[in-house]
Amino acid sequence: MAKVLEMVGITKVFPGVIANEDVHFDVEQGEIHALLGENGAGKTTLMNVLYGLYAPDGGELRWQGKPVHIGNPNVAIRLGIGMVHQHFMLVPPMTVAENIVLGAEPSKGGLLDMAAAKKRVRELSEQFGLKVDPEAKIQNISVGMQQRVEILKALYRGAGLLILDEPTAVLTPQEVTELIAIMRRLVEEGRSVIFITHKLKEVLRIADRVTVIRRGRVIDTLYTKDATEDGLAEKMVGRKVSLRVEKDEARVGDVILRVRDLTAANNRHLPALRGCSLEVRRGEIYGLAGVDGNGQSELIEVLTGLRPATGGEAMMNGKSLLGLNPRAIFARGVGHIPEDRQRRGLVLNFTVGENLILGSHHRQPFSVRGLLQGGAIDRRAEDMIQRYDIRTPGTKTLARSLSGGNQQKVIAAREMERDPDLLIAAQPTRGLDVGAIEFLHRRLVEARDRGKAVLLISLELDEILSLSDRIGVIYEGRVVAEVPGHEATEEQLGLWMSGGSTGRRGEAQG
Amino acid sequence: MSDRKAKRLFTGSIPLPTFEGFLVPILAVVAALLVGVLFILWVGKDPILAYKALWRVTFGSTRNTLETLVDTVPLIFTGLSVALAFRCGLFNIGGEGQYLVGSLAAAVAGYALPGLPAVVHIPLVLLAGFAAGGLWAALPGWLKARFGIHEVINTIMMNYISLYFVHWLVIAHLKDPTNLSQRTPKILESAVLPNLLQNTRFHLGFFVALLVALGVYFLLWRTIAGYEIRAVGLAPAAAEYGGISVARNIILAMVLSGGLAGLAGAVQVAGISLAYYDGAGFVGYGFNGIAVALLGRNHPAGVLVGALLFGALGRGGVRGMQAIADVPKSMIGVVQAAIIFFIAAEGLFRVLVPRLRQRRQASRGPGPAGGTGGEGAPHSGTATEGGAGR
Repeated sequence: MAKVLEMVGITKVFPGVIANEDVHFDVEQGEIHALLGENGAGKTTLMNVLYGLYAPDGGELRWQGKPVHIGNPNVAIRLGIGMVHQHFMLVPPMTVAENIVLGAEPSKGGLLDMAAAKKRVRELSEQFGLKVDPEAKIQNISVGMQQRVEILKALYRGAGLLILDEPTAVLTPQEVTELIAIMRRLVEEGRSVIFITHKLKEVLRIADRVTVIRRGRVIDTLYTKDATEDGLAEKMVGRKVSLRVEKDEARVGDVILRVRDLTAANNRHLPALRGCSLEVRRGEIYGLAGVDGNGQSELIEVLTGLRPATGGEAMMNGKSLLGLNPRAIFARGVGHIPEDRQRRGLVLNFTVGENLILGSHHRQPFSVRGLLQGGAIDRRAEDMIQRYDIRTPGTKTLARSLSGGNQQKVIAAREMERDPDLLIAAQPTRGLDVGAIEFLHRRLVEARDRGKAVLLISLELDEILSLSDRIGVIYEGRVVAEVPGHEATEEQLGLWMSGGSTGRRGEAQG
Repeated sequence: MSDRKAKRLFTGSIPLPTFEGFLVPILAVVAALLVGVLFILWVGKDPILAYKALWRVTFGSTRNTLETLVDTVPLIFTGLSVALAFRCGLFNIGGEGQYLVGSLAAAVAGYALPGLPAVVHIPLVLLAGFAAGGLWAALPGWLKARFGIHEVINTIMMNYISLYFVHWLVIAHLKDPTNLSQRTPKILESAVLPNLLQNTRFHLGFFVALLVALGVYFLLWRTIAGYEIRAVGLAPAAAEYGGISVARNIILAMVLSGGLAGLAGAVQVAGISLAYYDGAGFVGYGFNGIAVALLGRNHPAGVLVGALLFGALGRGGVRGMQAIADVPKSMIGVVQAAIIFFIAAEGLFRVLVPRLRQRRQASRGPGPAGGTGGEGAPHSGTATEGGAGR
């Protein structure tokens, strides 16, 4: 097949860092080519070179066999390269069609021709099976739909090669399946796709070929039919990694957390928790599965004092948690790895050292009589950095400048170090690479083995299945089913998650 | 306290702002002075003569330098006031009003409490100014914390309330009956900040200002309260998660900020005017404090530099450029405005500075960062990121 794109010997150097070194990468017409690598491996840099956002320090780009110079994104767009960023760039109050034509509006006699725009959007949507309503407002459609709008935006501008940057990170399992179908349709229609990811399963499921990069260098390019998960993981990380979580039989003790008929409203004052009940015991990991937006966030916030409950009870070691502020709940022995690590979990412009004491900053030894103790804070930070393998230039580095995985390690280190009786871990590995996921999973199992109760809330079924001793499924604000971890299957959980027939306790609750 | 311990106390985990952090303000000042040249040429005067005159009356002699420092004092306080609120994510534009109530309270404490020794009376006067300014700012702070009403609106409105409220208090109740001018009675001898050098106005207030700047630094980076204020300013959601009360810290920061502006008034009364003179409008220290904080990147050390610059421009404009070089003093207003403009338009320098930095680093060879650096762009923005509230 003809090569659409060839990147030959690309080198890109940032002050102090070689982001890409002699990278060879090509895409054939009609293929899905995965670009696999850990966070910080240089995937995004390479794509930004391709899209004209960075000028390479060495190497050559060839488009359909001819050398090209891509000085800025407009050149890339003219050539037919489209990029869907991880964070969407849409105008929420405007309609789908308005967003798609933005910057390339069809006009008739100097006036905006919205009718033509809508027609074209509808045609493209049908051609690729996107099922997008051109009249809907962006703010009213789901994240999955917004992503399709971004894809349409690229197609509208005539993209023959689409770059999708971590497209599945924001999607539910169902939406991922739909996205895969769309990608297949795109290549059937003769377009090509570059799929940036660090998820091995998706590479094998979606891509035709895969290029693995590590520390800015290409390790290998191979056909996915010749690849295995373990083999790719090893190439990506540079050593053997265990993808399975090793854990012994749980030694379950007393109930630590008892939630009964809990109700709470969401930010729009609509009921989000509608009688949620669950129990988490000492020495177990309780996994709460569910599609995003079924009350998980509200449950976590109620349990950590960030949101008031409207009814029901939540008891920890026999005492109610409701009505307490976050500091009091911390003091009761609740640790919390929040789902939004950058907004909730960290003060990004604080140093690593400062972040490592957040929540304990008012306690000895970090402060004495109102004064912060720089020495104790630094010692704690150095200790944590070493024991949790936080990759940072030092304790005084801003949390903002760490990679996502290391930011999460800062949070995990802080929360686990307080040795809480109950650890609430929400999406603890979202967006992290294999190495960091392995590390965090091991830490969660360790906490459980030390007799702690772990409440794991995750949208990733794989994670729930591999870690949990018991699994609950939350749907529309209630736990509708509960099942021992080793008995659970993906199909059954998926059914419960989408509101299908309920199981066990769910039936009793009616 | 051992030397090392003392050193750690102030340089521990937070280094002083780097030179690069101040690069944008410095470039802004240089650019603004060049703009000033253009305007002076435009009005047909000699810019070299004008700037020479400016320099002469501000730093040309020991006496002039000391006088410039005197003009710097209130700006240090109001600059710190704005900077502290900024660190909590608040934009306190109420400095003018807080300054007025602080001045009046200090004046009253200065004349109405006879028989006190100076070591008691002077701190009491300063405390009165601090307390009045702090209480005055507590209301907008509470409105923000409780109802989420924006502090910019409230503090601006409070400025006008204070202007007329203080005016009414003076003419209706507190006016010195033995004097024709519209002022309170003179403060007692025991309340006056001692003059430190004959034939100048240089008084103890300058050192009070330095001490307070050090105190603000210490508060922000060495205490629990400061940690919490900064956390709220940088990331309210994370602060809340960390068990920090956002509402409490907003009120606290407003009270401290208002107190500092009130202190500016108290020091002017106790060191310069020796009574509260009722004027027809705002004195400008509150508003200039915003520019000073902006220039100083909301850091106490930066505020000292910013206050010195604005103090010098204020003094040099009238006594230097206007009196000696016959350049209208409003030209200094142009320069001051241009400084603020260039800082606000820092994107202008952002394009320029990383390029210079890159070139410099390229010539130095690869740094120690090794291969662990980030995917995508290096974090070039962070070095110049000083401000909290945008």
